[in-house]
Amino acid sequence: MAYYIVKRFLYLIPALISLTILVFLILHLTPGDPAMAMLGERASKETIEKVRKDLGLDKPLYLQYIIFLKKLLKGDLGNSIKSDRPVLTEFMERFPATVELAIVSMIFAIIFGIAAGVISATYRYSLFDYFTMSISVAGLSIPVFWFGLILIYFFAVKLQILPVSGRLSYEYYINNVTGLYLIDSLIAKDYEAFFDALKHIVMPSFVLASIPVSIIARITRSSMINVLMEEYIKTAYAKGCSTVRVVVIHALKNAMIPVITVIGLMLGSLFAGAILTETTFSWPGIGKWIVNAVYQRDFPVIQGATIIIAIVFISLNLVVDIIYTFLNPRITFRK
Amino acid sequence: MKNRAGKLGLILIMLIVFMAIFAPIIAPFDPVAQDLTKRLIPPIWDNNGLWPHLLGTDDFGRDIFSRIIYGSRISLNIGVISVGISLFFGLTMGIIAGYYGGVIDNIIMRLIDIMLAVPSIMLAIVIVAILGPSLNNAIIAIGIVGIPVYARLIRASLIDIKENEYVVASKLNGAGTLRMIFYVMLPNCINPIIVQSTMGFASAVLEAAGLSFLSLGAKPPTPEWGAMLASSMDFIVTAPWLIVYPGLAIFITVMAFNLAGDGLMDMLNPKGK
Repeated sequence: MAYYIVKRFLYLIPALISLTILVFLILHLTPGDPAMAMLGERASKETIEKVRKDLGLDKPLYLQYIIFLKKLLKGDLGNSIKSDRPVLTEFMERFPATVELAIVSMIFAIIFGIAAGVISATYRYSLFDYFTMSISVAGLSIPVFWFGLILIYFFAVKLQILPVSGRLSYEYYINNVTGLYLIDSLIAKDYEAFFDALKHIVMPSFVLASIPVSIIARITRSSMINVLMEEYIKTAYAKGCSTVRVVVIHALKNAMIPVITVIGLMLGSLFAGAILTETTFSWPGIGKWIVNAVYQRDFPVIQGATIIIAIVFISLNLVVDIIYTFLNPRITFRK
Repeated sequence: MKNRAGKLGLILIMLIVFMAIFAPIIAPFDPVAQDLTKRLIPPIWDNNGLWPHLLGTDDFGRDIFSRIIYGSRISLNIGVISVGISLFFGLTMGIIAGYYGGVIDNIIMRLIDIMLAVPSIMLAIVIVAILGPSLNNAIIAIGIVGIPVYARLIRASLIDIKENEYVVASKLNGAGTLRMIFYVMLPNCINPIIVQSTMGFASAVLEAAGLSFLSLGAKPPTPEWGAMLASSMDFIVTAPWLIVYPGLAIFITVMAFNLAGDGLMDMLNPKGK
């Protein structure tokens, strides 16, 4: 096991190095002069020269990469061209909003997805089964941004029971501890603010959950069906166990291995996948920030965001892999 | 129930293709023609609706129904070209890796790993950022993002059947590399590729609409469904019909391909259900 984990870590090194090369090249792959691409055609010669110097574009390519890598190792991702503030600082300000959204949607997805999958598998080919499986195909096909707009129309415009956008109403202030408003408001025992934050997060997290909930429901269903056909399930029934006991105690645990893998893998893509949802609901997370950086050709932000997201994504995948080996000790890894 | 959903998917796909081919005949108006005297007319079932604007008009007086009909052309184009790009490069890389193995395999697979290290939508956005926001570049980006799936799929299948007797027999019979790959091995592992391409088509349409929604793809007045949604966001209170129909069009198209993919998977899977 330890051997496997160490090997998995070592495998990451070449992947990370290649990633930094690719991210470094983002700036140089753009057609034309990168400084001009960032500043626009109307920028004066002096400004372009200054930016070229600031970015080190006047040096040879390999030297630029070494400087880029050195800064990266120190945690310096450069400054945003537009705001002139460190990319890492800007990222850290917005990341908690995205994390909160991703976690709440994942909780939604896990609860509803597993419940639907288990019931569907237990009562296979029932009306409920057809219904949930149809919903899950719909969930995989629905454009999240459209789903979001439809929900906004019904719940915010027509019924006016949920806010249209944002994370918190103006009248509330939450002291920043974790950056997650739901938790911070509870720490401060400000229950009104908590409910306000909860109201704001309901729609976006529900929308963001639409794809994961469908995938989890489908995987749980097929995994449960396989497990329910095993001999030990028949034995449990023969011993006189109730359906609930068989399903929950005997089957569910064994059916969870593929489900947990999928959940882990999806969590990583949720952080990035939130881009569309965040834009729809004006959620102040990293999604909107990245999209704005693309409009403004703010390359340091694009580069920095790509690197951080890739590192988060790779680390989550690694954690999932390691958990997987613990959950399923039968797996032997090729040496 | 066997494949009933798959059949529904196929019928929907045929309808969409029909719509795209005969768009000039079906659509009553030019999709980009503005008529400022007829701005924001609701659909005809509304009291203020106005025939022949079936689904109403947008803020420039353009006919929504015509725009949606023409939009099917764009979406099908997006699907065909981006899946084509993913298939061409994915299969080439996967075949080389799976057939030759060894160092080449290792290099190609590490490259694929790097592409998979960044979530797909983020990778697509980065590529669009490099190339500049436009519909064509969005299509290229989505095509590139799809490469790893096909490469891994074909590589795994090739490795799987490499040691089979009929493959070894062909080799002993003196079949050349190209003959081995294209006549002996590929036909035996094409099924998962067909299924994946169908599903890939669905996600390509969805991703392109997403990029256009973020204004990183098609730009107005192009009648692209995602772009139509993006420019309607401000009218959610005053003209909600602008939001309903383009989204519905994306939803139905994507679902059609997903259902067809599911159906094909059941049909082509030799183990059956």
